[in-house]
Amino acid sequence: MSDPFEQGVEALREQLDAKVASYFSSCVHCGLCAEACLFYTETGDPRYTPIYKLEPMKKLWRQEKTFWGKLGTSLGIGKTLTEDDFAKWETLVYDSCTLCGRCSMVCPVGNDITYMIRKQREAFSVAGYAPEGMKEATRRALKIGSPMGVTFKTLQASLAHVEKDTGLSIPIDQKGADYMTLFSSMEIVNFPEYIESIAKIFKTAGVSWTISSEAFEATNSGIQIGNKEAAAELVGRVVDAAEKLGVKAVVSPECGHAYTAIRWEGPNLIGRSYDFEVVHILELLEQLKSEGRIKVASRDDTPMTLHDPCQIVRRGGVIDQPKELMNSVAVNFREMEDQGVMNWCCGGGGGVSANERAEELRLQVFTRKKKQIQQTGVDTLVTACANCRIILEEGIEHYEMDTEVISLTELLAEHIQEE
Amino acid sequence: MIGQFIDGPLWSFSLGVFIIGVIWRIGSIVLSGVKADLANPKGSASSGAFRTLFTRFVPERTVTRRGKLQLIAGYAFHLGLFVLLFLAQPHIDFIADRITGFAWPAIPHWAFIISAEVAFAGLILLWLHRVLNPVTRLLSDLDDHIGTILVFLVMLSGCLALAQSFEPLRLLHLLLAELLLLYFPFSKLMHAFTFVMSRGYTGAAMGRKGVNA
Repeated sequence: MSDPFEQGVEALREQLDAKVASYFSSCVHCGLCAEACLFYTETGDPRYTPIYKLEPMKKLWRQEKTFWGKLGTSLGIGKTLTEDDFAKWETLVYDSCTLCGRCSMVCPVGNDITYMIRKQREAFSVAGYAPEGMKEATRRALKIGSPMGVTFKTLQASLAHVEKDTGLSIPIDQKGADYMTLFSSMEIVNFPEYIESIAKIFKTAGVSWTISSEAFEATNSGIQIGNKEAAAELVGRVVDAAEKLGVKAVVSPECGHAYTAIRWEGPNLIGRSYDFEVVHILELLEQLKSEGRIKVASRDDTPMTLHDPCQIVRRGGVIDQPKELMNSVAVNFREMEDQGVMNWCCGGGGGVSANERAEELRLQVFTRKKKQIQQTGVDTLVTACANCRIILEEGIEHYEMDTEVISLTELLAEHIQEE
Repeated sequence: MIGQFIDGPLWSFSLGVFIIGVIWRIGSIVLSGVKADLANPKGSASSGAFRTLFTRFVPERTVTRRGKLQLIAGYAFHLGLFVLLFLAQPHIDFIADRITGFAWPAIPHWAFIISAEVAFAGLILLWLHRVLNPVTRLLSDLDDHIGTILVFLVMLSGCLALAQSFEPLRLLHLLLAELLLLYFPFSKLMHAFTFVMSRGYTGAAMGRKGVNA
């Protein structure tokens, strides 16, 4: 056995807590989780059944935690976890799971399958069985500060454009500000209009805010790949910057996994709670609206639908705010049939978008989202995650659909009453 | 001689293994521990756990649309079995005599027969689905089949012993039930108890996030 493999097995062993033990003890192999997973529904391949993606973890649990497993091992006849299992399951664990959490919502015995896949990735990462694209993204995040290689100078260039276009001044490293705002590299590079929108909204609402030159990146590829040391390092940078500036809250951008990373996983990764709050941009916008600090001046009558990002809504708990904001600006807001906590994933979450070898499969399973959009009969799709947005745009392009994708924050910014 | 053994020591032994085994399994799960969640909660973990424990009895639309057979067969089997086990006169008499010391009202004989038919239909459909559907066929292991076959044999022998006129059939039914009790703690049949924990853990984690899971 190679050392990385042994370390991987040890990392997997560490994940066998009471939750995992109860989940495997309860699973009756009913297969209903498959019906909630777009990788199964769109391909019909039974290997994409969510609980099947956990066979390596189950094998170790059975081997070390069950009567029959221990008996088999002691008699030398039991099935043991091998390096071949890691090799065979790597694509199932990384390419065909977006950690969207839909399977966890339908399991009759309540198993949080997504939690287990996220934990299993930690072992795969340690053992060296992870996609090259995600490994590279994590290396860049640790070395440069961004998975896409975006530096503070890149951000400054974007901010200069925003300042020129809006005439607004963007505060940098302002100590004692109420909010420290984070961005995803995708927003800085592909959607700088998001930065422009929040600058405009914050100015109108009189929000005291700042950007940190030391920690502006919100995404956390360490979490996606399952490298807890890298994930803790990336969270730690944000926490250090926020505490150094003495802000009251950190604002997570329109990026699904960034919110889960900093809001829900972050304190557990660094081993302590924060001295500040973490809010998602949609939570803050809804709060500003309900406090009357921003007012909607006009409403848009273009028929629109909403794609609920999995990590913000289902796994993040920001459920009502997207709908309330949509209803405040869109006259013809048509919900998808499966929406909110039961919405279908775009297909690019959980690091799949950074995994080049998964592209063909990702585009294949986009047919689920395509059907959802077409059922609404609208040509404008609103979302609140830069990663979802780019994946949706790619899928729409691939299937030659006539659908425009816009950001909810940008939509709101277009319709608020300016000072 | 064999009858006395089945009716006496083997019953006590299998009941003892069942009780101790179930406690041991649940204890070993709980003692595996869960790390405290340090993230500031949005909602209550205990409310979430309690809610999910019950809301998972009601299937999501995805299940009602795409998993009709498992859903209907699953409910038929579990409800039928529950009624048979706890509301049939022979079982009430047995439990009162051997365990509780008191009895409770039973369902009429015709309801007993319907429950048995519903449970049988559910179990057979679930097993057919298990072996014919590509997903469940891929997932299923020996434990799934042993559990199904044991439950089926217990139910079948129970039907045969229903008239209570032929003692060997009653003893066969009791023997198979004892084998089931012995196998139970070491098998997937434990989900009858651990589903409370799995639903509870997930409900608590999601409840902290403010999500009704």
